[in-house]
Amino acid sequence: MNERVEKLRQASFEAVPTLSTERAVLITEFYQEHIGKFSTPVMRAKAFAHLYKNQTLFIGEGELIVAERGPFPKAVSTYPELTCHSEEDIRILGSRPMTSYRTTEEDRKTYRDKVIPFWRGRTMRDKIFEGLPKEWREAYGAGLFTEFMEQRAPGHTTLDGKFYTKGLEGFKQDIADAIAALDFITDPEAVPRREELKAMSIACDAVICFAHRHAELAEQLAAKETQAPRKAELLQIAATCRWVPENAPRTFREALQMYWFMHLGTITELNGWDAMNPGHLDRYLYPFYQGDCEAGILTRELARELLECFWVKFNNQPAPPKVGVTAQESGTYNDFTNINIGGILPDGKDGVNELSYLMLEVVDSIHLLQPQSNIQLSRKNPDKFLKAACEVIRKGYGYPSVFNADGVVEQMVRVGKNIQDARDGGTSGCVETGAFGKEAYVLTGYLNTPKIFELALNNGLDPRTGKQVGVQSGDPKTFQSFEDVYAAFEKQLKYVVDIKMGGNLFIEKMYATEMPAIFLSVLIDDCIKRGKDYNAGGARYNTSYIQCVGIGTITDSLSALKTHVFDNKTETLASVLDAVKNDFKDQEGLRLKLWNKTPRYGNDDDMADDLMKRVFNSLYAAIDGRPNLRGGEYHVDMLPTTCHIYFGLVLCATPDGRKAKQPVSEGISPVQGADRHGPTAVIASAAKMDQLRTGGTLLNMKFLPGTLRGQEGIDKLAQLVRSYFRMDGHHMQFNVVDAETLREAQRHPEQHRDLIVRVAGYSDYFCDLSKELQEEIIARTAQESF
Amino acid sequence: MTGIIFDVRRFSLHDGPGIRTTVFLKGCPLRCVWCHNPESISPNIQLLYKTELCLACDSCVKMDCPAEARKAVGEVVSDEAVMARVLRDRFTFDESGGGVTFSGGEPLMQFDFLKSLLVYCKEERLHVAVDTTGYAPWHHLQEVAALTDLFLYDLKLIDEREHLQFTGVSNVGILENLKKLCDTGKSIELRMPIIPGITDTRANIEGTIRFLLQLRNPPPIWLLPHHQVAMAKYERFGLKCKLPPTADPTEERMAELLACFKASGLKAMI
Repeated sequence: MNERVEKLRQASFEAVPTLSTERAVLITEFYQEHIGKFSTPVMRAKAFAHLYKNQTLFIGEGELIVAERGPFPKAVSTYPELTCHSEEDIRILGSRPMTSYRTTEEDRKTYRDKVIPFWRGRTMRDKIFEGLPKEWREAYGAGLFTEFMEQRAPGHTTLDGKFYTKGLEGFKQDIADAIAALDFITDPEAVPRREELKAMSIACDAVICFAHRHAELAEQLAAKETQAPRKAELLQIAATCRWVPENAPRTFREALQMYWFMHLGTITELNGWDAMNPGHLDRYLYPFYQGDCEAGILTRELARELLECFWVKFNNQPAPPKVGVTAQESGTYNDFTNINIGGILPDGKDGVNELSYLMLEVVDSIHLLQPQSNIQLSRKNPDKFLKAACEVIRKGYGYPSVFNADGVVEQMVRVGKNIQDARDGGTSGCVETGAFGKEAYVLTGYLNTPKIFELALNNGLDPRTGKQVGVQSGDPKTFQSFEDVYAAFEKQLKYVVDIKMGGNLFIEKMYATEMPAIFLSVLIDDCIKRGKDYNAGGARYNTSYIQCVGIGTITDSLSALKTHVFDNKTETLASVLDAVKNDFKDQEGLRLKLWNKTPRYGNDDDMADDLMKRVFNSLYAAIDGRPNLRGGEYHVDMLPTTCHIYFGLVLCATPDGRKAKQPVSEGISPVQGADRHGPTAVIASAAKMDQLRTGGTLLNMKFLPGTLRGQEGIDKLAQLVRSYFRMDGHHMQFNVVDAETLREAQRHPEQHRDLIVRVAGYSDYFCDLSKELQEEIIARTAQESF
Repeated sequence: MTGIIFDVRRFSLHDGPGIRTTVFLKGCPLRCVWCHNPESISPNIQLLYKTELCLACDSCVKMDCPAEARKAVGEVVSDEAVMARVLRDRFTFDESGGGVTFSGGEPLMQFDFLKSLLVYCKEERLHVAVDTTGYAPWHHLQEVAALTDLFLYDLKLIDEREHLQFTGVSNVGILENLKKLCDTGKSIELRMPIIPGITDTRANIEGTIRFLLQLRNPPPIWLLPHHQVAMAKYERFGLKCKLPPTADPTEERMAELLACFKASGLKAMI
């Protein structure tokens, strides 16, 4: 890292996340003046264009890649058309101890006087909560599931390589061709298609205008600049912004700036989940890198500097401020951009190149909160690549995470994607599988599996609130066998999934008709060809995921009942349920028996693991293959983000000996501390789940630094990964830190502000995590070697 | 055939190449005062007691302690059952060049059981290491050698009198067996525990080096530093630790000893 990058990195690290009302004000102004004048897509596009014409620009000192979403780094826009923060929300955002955003009295005033009066009652969030049925609201309130789209737009997608060879002018030509090909005689959708396409063209112009404004600003700054080297840099920035994104990039630098405008455009028009992802960046950039090096205008060092400048830009964009349950279950500044490195080419060959290694070096040197990075590891990739990644993993930032590239392809081919599209895909967000640039793969919400099981043990009653939120599945007093218990669970599961999907249908319809993602639709195949929006099924592939949480907790709970009540008959169902109801008060002996003397998931114990498989198969049967609104299907994902904390808080004690309010297990990892036979037993257990039938699973492992010492430590880590992937495991991520360091950081957060740990599908600053989450991470079993 | 083991540890990284599973056979003829695995010494099943976990309930009467404060150490298992557990990590062995290690105690104390396990391992084409004190009849060692890829062979004290004093047995047979084993050309890694004041004396280090230099192919030697914390185990078994509290050797001291071995042209590691 040279001095320039060091300064930019430090500035980004120290910048304070700040609420910016600029976007809210500009959008509100535009809507107030023009509401009702245009079709919905054109209205959205024109509002976006208004924003990009008037937004405050920022070019920072020393920057080589330019433009921000807000008026300055870490100034975070709000999206009142989706969620209109109340004055109280803004006060809380400014004062809450964790993931706070700097706010001012002026912001509250702006919201009070301008934003709230227009948007209250008109926002997506207001309309969604208003429209959803009572059953949905009750189940949501009980914490049976969460809802991703109640305050953020459908997201979780990734761009591919198409705009590195085609500028927005080229896309506009495609749009014009699509309009020319419309059939106004027989297609009743022709007019809506034309409106969508017209809107896309407006959005392209908006982004070009935004870039040209940066060019002008750079020229003005250059005119005032007294230092010749910086003057030259500013002029080069101006030339770059004049050329891209209007035209296809010609150089490595232009390619990076091109992506960055695409990134900002998509995260500014709407606040989609997972910000935006650049996909296989090493692969897309490689021709530019090679070409520029051959032409003598780029060196490895200069490429590294540009990449580092680019990396820092992601960290300048914290997640838009969330409220309510969503803030509880996803309390982080991280907006989940996840860069794929390595993997396989569309023709099935090894995709690792020199830039893959260079990017790993950048990941190591920058190690900020954002962007996340991962390696896509195929059996065709050399061990040299895996070991280079392991060297970075061992540093303990929690990234790069590691994905099974071959497994990811198989998952996509299973659900009918073209094999080349599948190979050109990968993973984004936390662990979600998708075809880059061609798919809307939308996470719709987390499912609290242990809570559903709790309903089954209470005949549909939520024991925390005393409300009947589930279906009547039988009085547990009448259960004669384990099969009776399991049947009740499946009944509750079907009921809750049906409610969730019913809600999704309504919400997806709302987005399809009222909140199109116009600019994103330009970039995702085949929205232009179909004249259809990304949110309405315009993409080539349209997946909805439901993410199931807590499989470790429910498996161990089932195993405890099966073992002690039905097989050994040393306890009665009534006695266990009584103890659970009383949170094991005065029943520590029974609690420990359930906790210690039950075969538990994560130990390669077939009895427990068979139960895990059974639960997975039930989830799969309830979810997989069911149709969504956009012409695609539902699939199962097994990832938690931080939802296992929230889901634990709304859950009473469980029969596995877990006490009330404690976190449930995360991803497909065993219950925290339940795995006692080392990492190979954990991966063997996890791999018994047929992970190729999911759209992603998440497995956390914690290692003590001593275990991974030396070259040998790197080798063994690499071998462990290869072993898991040989068994079709999807993903592994590592925390390499000892409990003592984490305790020390709890005591003296001021000295450990930069300590990054792996949380779920992402890393976060340890000191920014809630106390519960900190404790949960400390409790995860640390793998020692013997 | 059955034997008594006290642990099967997967993800074993320091008992031979790759990622391994180590099977610990119970029972040892030696009584090393520094023994880190006192639970390995007796050939019988024993009870372990962790006072801090005890709930003072009465379930231990039924041998069903829910808190795991009282736990049996050692189990009678069949060779097939051991193999079923070992083979669970076959993919990891394949990917890592690992395999199985038989340790103890002294695995050769259950010679027939060990041999049966080794035959199974060879049928499964696993890489096998045997971790031994070398205190066994030569013909047993010879038979085991035919089925073993690597020996992890302990070398403690070179002086017979001292060996007798600190381990309870003579080292004459151990050293002879080692010589013979070296002559067979088998892969061997030596293990020397560094117990301050006992095995790291000048006389013992120099004597050990002299002995090794006489061998036809002196095997590489690993110096394993003493860990005082491991001594806490004695209390759990109600045993008395004969080694007085001893400070762990410092890193500098370990480096010094390593240098002595290396200076003599031996391959040595920590």
